[in-house]
Amino acid sequence: MNKITAQFEDKKPLVTYISGGDPSLEMTEKLIYKLQAEGVDIIELGIPFSDPLADGPVIQEASQRALKAGTTLKKLIAKINEIQDRVEVPLVLMGYYNSVLNYGEKEFARDISAAGISGVIIPDLPVDEKAELSVHLAEYGISQIMLVTPNTSDQRLKEIIVKSSGFLYCVAHLGTTGDDQQGVYPGLEKYLQRVRKTAGDLPLGLGFGIDGPEKVKKIIDYPDGIIIGSALIKAIQAGNTEAEMLANAGEFVKKIKNAIIEEN
Amino acid sequence: MSRGYFEEFGGRFVPETLMPALDELEEVYLELKDDPKFINKLKSLLADYSGRPTSLYFAEQLTKYYGGAKIYLKREDLNHTGAHKINNTLGQILLAKKMGKKRIIAETGAGQHGVATATVAARFNLDCEIYMGAEDIERQALNVYKMEMLGAEVIPVTSGTQTLKDATNEAIRDWVTNVEDTHYIIGSVVGPHPYPEMVRDFQRIIGDETRKQIQEKEGRLPDYILACVGGGSNAMGIFYPFVEDKEVKLVGIEASGKGIDSGQHAATLTAGRVGVLHGSKSYLLQDDDGQIIPAYSISAGLDYPGVGPEHSYLKSIERVDYQSATDMEAVAAFKLLSEKEGIIPALESSHALSYLEKLAPELDQNQLIVVNLSGRGDKDINNFKKIREAEENE
Repeated sequence: MNKITAQFEDKKPLVTYISGGDPSLEMTEKLIYKLQAEGVDIIELGIPFSDPLADGPVIQEASQRALKAGTTLKKLIAKINEIQDRVEVPLVLMGYYNSVLNYGEKEFARDISAAGISGVIIPDLPVDEKAELSVHLAEYGISQIMLVTPNTSDQRLKEIIVKSSGFLYCVAHLGTTGDDQQGVYPGLEKYLQRVRKTAGDLPLGLGFGIDGPEKVKKIIDYPDGIIIGSALIKAIQAGNTEAEMLANAGEFVKKIKNAIIEEN
Repeated sequence: MSRGYFEEFGGRFVPETLMPALDELEEVYLELKDDPKFINKLKSLLADYSGRPTSLYFAEQLTKYYGGAKIYLKREDLNHTGAHKINNTLGQILLAKKMGKKRIIAETGAGQHGVATATVAARFNLDCEIYMGAEDIERQALNVYKMEMLGAEVIPVTSGTQTLKDATNEAIRDWVTNVEDTHYIIGSVVGPHPYPEMVRDFQRIIGDETRKQIQEKEGRLPDYILACVGGGSNAMGIFYPFVEDKEVKLVGIEASGKGIDSGQHAATLTAGRVGVLHGSKSYLLQDDDGQIIPAYSISAGLDYPGVGPEHSYLKSIERVDYQSATDMEAVAAFKLLSEKEGIIPALESSHALSYLEKLAPELDQNQLIVVNLSGRGDKDINNFKKIREAEENE
């Protein structure tokens, strides 16, 4: 079975996002170990980009810090390659299409495969764009995790689900990452029911705006797993030293894991 | 539905959230585009509200000065709000009304598109918010006052380089969040399909009129057409109706700022590489890692690291010759037109005018050049004052 899908077998996995190289690649490495030690099931690493138009302020700033530190896609892949034997959870790269196009789609698939990366998410590459990327990812057995949104039509859902592997990234509401929507998402249950009808066995991951344990408790019944980015980055950033940042990350993950378990 | 490609350029590289809105926009646009009622409504607004057709003016003094080809100016500066931008905003506001949208957003660099959007939003009674880079707000204070006077809210963008590129990012983020009741009026032939095609169609009136006017005045088509290129809407507008007329040479002039070698420029087609920004595949200023390099130009309207995908296509088939002009060359052209013809051009348009220096004297007196004078220069006066003071202090 696919390494990513396997994480959905016996639990509702917690997927967390951090920006690669924020504030340094060394820190990213330490965060990866910390997150997996605390029970994170899948780790998404953001490819820093100068113009991240699907992201809210928290991830924009994270991206900027990573770029300031000199992070490039090449260096990020090299870092992951170097540490891959110590990483047990599946790693997923999330980034914008220009970074991949510039790297070379074939070379990208080849190099991330060598680095042990299991999946890729490109939010600005919709299903109908004629990119070669899908072909190359499939060739190397890397999952392409596609996104759907509450306003995606049934027709598009079908096309997207056919192309998506690993899991289906269900964007919780219309907006950017880290969007602070109060309370429960309107119509969430119906939205995910509608998606599930088409998705069949493909697990549904829910993300965008899940900001803490309270929200997790309210929504955890509906998806197969949850994705948290901005809120985790905020918690990490609240630390003044490296040790504090790592401790904050650990504590945040614990709280979320408990919230998931309590409700199930 | 077509996917909006000009060969390899164009497309729709946007978050999934926007796909239904782009489909809806394309559908409504294709439906209205050939609808006589829509056409007449837009025509009468362009005529009575904006003052079209704009004149094609024989610049006799400038012609004498260069002593070569006859120079005509397509006077888009005479439009309501002072530039060609209103051709597009009038078209798009009618689409927004048809789609039942309650709110309009736009990005702006120099503020010309912001003013043109705020103007039509006032006229059609829709809420309007304009994203503008904090740095541009400072450079173009006059246009900020105008937008506010027209009832729009100007939202300063402090992310990234605080210019047009970042204002566009913020406008897209707003649209992703408010897509159901909001229409995004993109100001140039950039962005995801159908914008590049649609904005070109709204701007082609510049070229259609030019064709008719030059026939009336000279009984033939021009030998050259010059236009400045930032995102490229005024250039696409005047070029498009002439693309099939191979005898008409089309020249697009980008802003090379402090010089291509300085690294401080906005000459995307001259010095960029193909990539994806703001929803379409086109030439881009980017570094080895695919990060967008901030563009620089003295003119806020050309200060953009991307360019419309159809320009990339016209470059690839070598139909349009893309050249560039520096800040200094543009400033010289700005002064020259003011002094010789009593017309103060926008700094953007001054880039196109500056190319006359190279071209006009080389041509015979019976040859014809049309320059698209895309906007007027009132908004640049403060900037110009600063330049002159700096020159005097040297």
